[in-house]
Amino acid sequence: MTLNALRRLVKKDAGPFLYPGEEIRPSKRASRVSLHGTQKRHVEMGRTRLVVAAGLFACAFSLVGFRLVDLMLLDGGEPPVTTARRAATAEFEESRADIVDRNGVLLATNLPTVNLYAHPYKIGDPATAARRIVEVLPDLSFDDVHRKLASGSKFVYLDRNLTPREKLEINALGIVGVDFEDAERRVYPQGALASHVVGATDLDNNGIAGLEASLNETLSQGGEPVRVALDVRVQHAVREELAYAMAKFRAVGATGIVLDSKTGELISMVSLPDYDPEHIGDATEDQRFNRATLGVYEMGSTFKLFNTAMALDSGRIGPSDQYDVENPIRVARFTIRDHHPEKGDMSVADILVNSSNIGSVRMVMELGTEAQQKFLDELGLLDPVSLELPENGKPLVPSPWREVNTMTISFGHGIAVTPVHMARATAAMVNGGALTPVTLLKREADEVPPGRAVISPQTSQRMRELMRMVVTDGTAGKADVPGYRVGGKTGTADKVSAAGGYAHRAVRTSFAGAFPMDNPRYVLLVVLDEPQSTKDTYGFITSGWNAAPTAGRIVARIAPTLGVFPSFVPQGPVVRPERRPMDLIQAAAARGTDAIAD
Amino acid sequence: MTTISISRTDTSILGRWWWTVDRLMLAAVVALIGIGVFLVMAAGPAAAGRIGVDPFHFVSRQAVFLPMALAVMLFVSLLDPRTVRRLAVLGFAGTVVALAATLVVGTEIKGAARWIHLGPLSVQPSEFVKPFFAVTAAWMFAAAREHEGFPGQWISIGLYAVVAALLLAQPDVGMTLVVSSVWAAQFFLAGLPMVLVVLFAAAGLGAAVGAYFLFDHVKSRVDRFLDPASGDTYQIDKAMEAFRDGGLFGRGPGEGRVKELLPDAHTDFIFAVAGEEFGLLLCLVIVALFAFIVLRGISRAMQEDNLFVLLAVGGLVCQFGLQALINMASSLHLMPTKGMTLPFVSYGGSSTLALALAFGMLLALTRRRPAGQGGF
Repeated sequence: MTLNALRRLVKKDAGPFLYPGEEIRPSKRASRVSLHGTQKRHVEMGRTRLVVAAGLFACAFSLVGFRLVDLMLLDGGEPPVTTARRAATAEFEESRADIVDRNGVLLATNLPTVNLYAHPYKIGDPATAARRIVEVLPDLSFDDVHRKLASGSKFVYLDRNLTPREKLEINALGIVGVDFEDAERRVYPQGALASHVVGATDLDNNGIAGLEASLNETLSQGGEPVRVALDVRVQHAVREELAYAMAKFRAVGATGIVLDSKTGELISMVSLPDYDPEHIGDATEDQRFNRATLGVYEMGSTFKLFNTAMALDSGRIGPSDQYDVENPIRVARFTIRDHHPEKGDMSVADILVNSSNIGSVRMVMELGTEAQQKFLDELGLLDPVSLELPENGKPLVPSPWREVNTMTISFGHGIAVTPVHMARATAAMVNGGALTPVTLLKREADEVPPGRAVISPQTSQRMRELMRMVVTDGTAGKADVPGYRVGGKTGTADKVSAAGGYAHRAVRTSFAGAFPMDNPRYVLLVVLDEPQSTKDTYGFITSGWNAAPTAGRIVARIAPTLGVFPSFVPQGPVVRPERRPMDLIQAAAARGTDAIAD
Repeated sequence: MTTISISRTDTSILGRWWWTVDRLMLAAVVALIGIGVFLVMAAGPAAAGRIGVDPFHFVSRQAVFLPMALAVMLFVSLLDPRTVRRLAVLGFAGTVVALAATLVVGTEIKGAARWIHLGPLSVQPSEFVKPFFAVTAAWMFAAAREHEGFPGQWISIGLYAVVAALLLAQPDVGMTLVVSSVWAAQFFLAGLPMVLVVLFAAAGLGAAVGAYFLFDHVKSRVDRFLDPASGDTYQIDKAMEAFRDGGLFGRGPGEGRVKELLPDAHTDFIFAVAGEEFGLLLCLVIVALFAFIVLRGISRAMQEDNLFVLLAVGGLVCQFGLQALINMASSLHLMPTKGMTLPFVSYGGSSTLALALAFGMLLALTRRRPAGQGGF
């Protein structure tokens, strides 16, 4: 830096130092112009380069503009999915998991709603505010709302699950201190259809019954829907037929179970009366009571299935062994009789087909109390079923287990089990002899736990034949459906009256069966509580007149749905060789007028 | 403008100012401030709620800062070019000292010591150094051209080195980048030979790469920009969502959600709030206002006969435009995120004041002067 330059710079920016007036002297003008010339050259270059800068800025601003249009109007491609993004979305969705049936049909899901709350300390005029809120929400009581708003507390709920219209109207009131909270309401699109399986939740979406309660922790974590074993199509048919039977026979309750005997899945489970899960608060205790899993009942003659299987599986008694059924058995102060006394002896097969109490007792007495206890224990009839429900009934078993108990248990009295116990044990009778754990959740083929063998495959085969015979030749004729080879056993148990002892003409009828009997896939259990006689039943209230035909109607509806093919080829030794398919149909149609009551 | 009636023949300071100042540019900046008031009202309460202060904390602070800023801007715009230059030189000296002081007595916020507390006011000297340095550098470059033998470039280079070193020491890489770019742009306008332009560009690129390897937070931001999967891109994802949700007309005032999710919604991501609540149209208006101010400033500079004014205006406009572009491009995921406020729109105390100062100088320098006054 030269001193001269610095001096010029500090004193005067452009041009040399000039004395006052000197700048107008012509002699100096020349240098001024030349100086101006150099400056102009630089300014010109600056201008040219400014054009470059302007161009760059114009491009950059245009780019921002295009990006905006692309992003906001044309959606700018898919948003980048990153873990952070996923996590951020998850924190806003606290939805309870859905419950779906085995085919993915929704049984329980969530509806977004809003709850109405208030910060009472912010509310200036509680009376006016309460009056205006109650005008919009007439379900609320003015006193209640007023008391809450006037409390001056920090936070109080006023109402839950407002409809969008109600929210709008409350919002339009413009009351300061009243606000909405996002919430969700559990809804059950199938209504009461599977209420005893799915259960219900309380206001805070906590499960309080059924799977909603037992799987509460899993469900509340959200995620994949829980898939239950039920098939709503089957469930619907079963429920409708049970309701029909209840109405027709003026019964107080009904239970129906369809169980996959191979996998242990409960395809249907109905307990009537039932309730609408969305209004469980309005349901009576009777409606909320799960007759299929919580109620324990004496099953009556259907229990003879197990008595017969035990006898045959012991190897000591054959199907054609004869027992005296003529003479009643007297034990302690009881006399055991048959409803329809027969003369002379009867084979083991006929004892089941004709449902002889005396014959059953004579069979079990040959094997003894311990054998019966052991066998029923193996069939899981003495302990609660481990099912995914909070409603789980514990069987009532005699203690001490005397000889008289052994005798009555052989024909289904003196022991009370749940219908699920009954269905599971019946499955073991027909599926080759394995007691498979039952479940309400869908099982994939590789998830089926191995069953515990309780009877031999040969005994199981024999039981199939006998159960089919009960339908073709015995008490359960009305359960037959042409082509679907239904087999089973009826039972009619006197109900224990409130006063103690057995009530007169108050019975619980049941049918435990399976189809198709040549390779039974599905077990069906029907129980009717206090059916009354009708004109059609000629005064009878026994199972063959109500539970058995109900079972038949159910099979006729669900077998096609379940993919069971009808077959009119005569089956095994049960059907007499001379009978032809048409005879079978006619026989089935004709039967019913002469069904044998048990 | 007709409401204020100022006679053409009014020769008072205000009268002269009114008829010589670039009123369109003034109108544009006032429009930006107006939009900013709305957006800070939208985003401020959410941000205030997050740090647990009164909901209108930011709004009321902005209500204090904005009139101050407007007053500063208008006052500075009354000055003549020579006074502007003196103000800049003095201010530059002062801020360099303050910048050095932050290293000793500064308050560390988010890992960088950038703030100095002056009573109730916390000042970020680095914000003020930008405009002062731009004007000072312009003077040096111009002087070098106008006075043979005066080593203006060398002085400028020396000053730049000091400023850059102080900024990097904070560390404030983004600000260094802006200051460097503006300074380089001025050097370019002042007639840097093309060979050197290429060399400078290469050096700039080298510096950027160097910053990537030298500063961890720079590396992480660039990495996340180039490969979103490499780290947390929560902020930019939320901003993108906000723009998408906004669409043409926006979700409506107060209906935005991004302000609840982003801690910097009222400052660095205010553009996303604008997009979400008011839609594409307002965003385009904001872009257009910035583009107008920058191009208008450049066109005014081109009409200048005075090299100092040309360079100073060029530098100030570049600084203003770059800052707006970096903010908008960051929010739009066009570049790695860089915490920089959107001039006059974002909430910001000292940054708004510094901007007002810069814009006041810009308005002062672009006032129409009789040709004879060009050389002052």
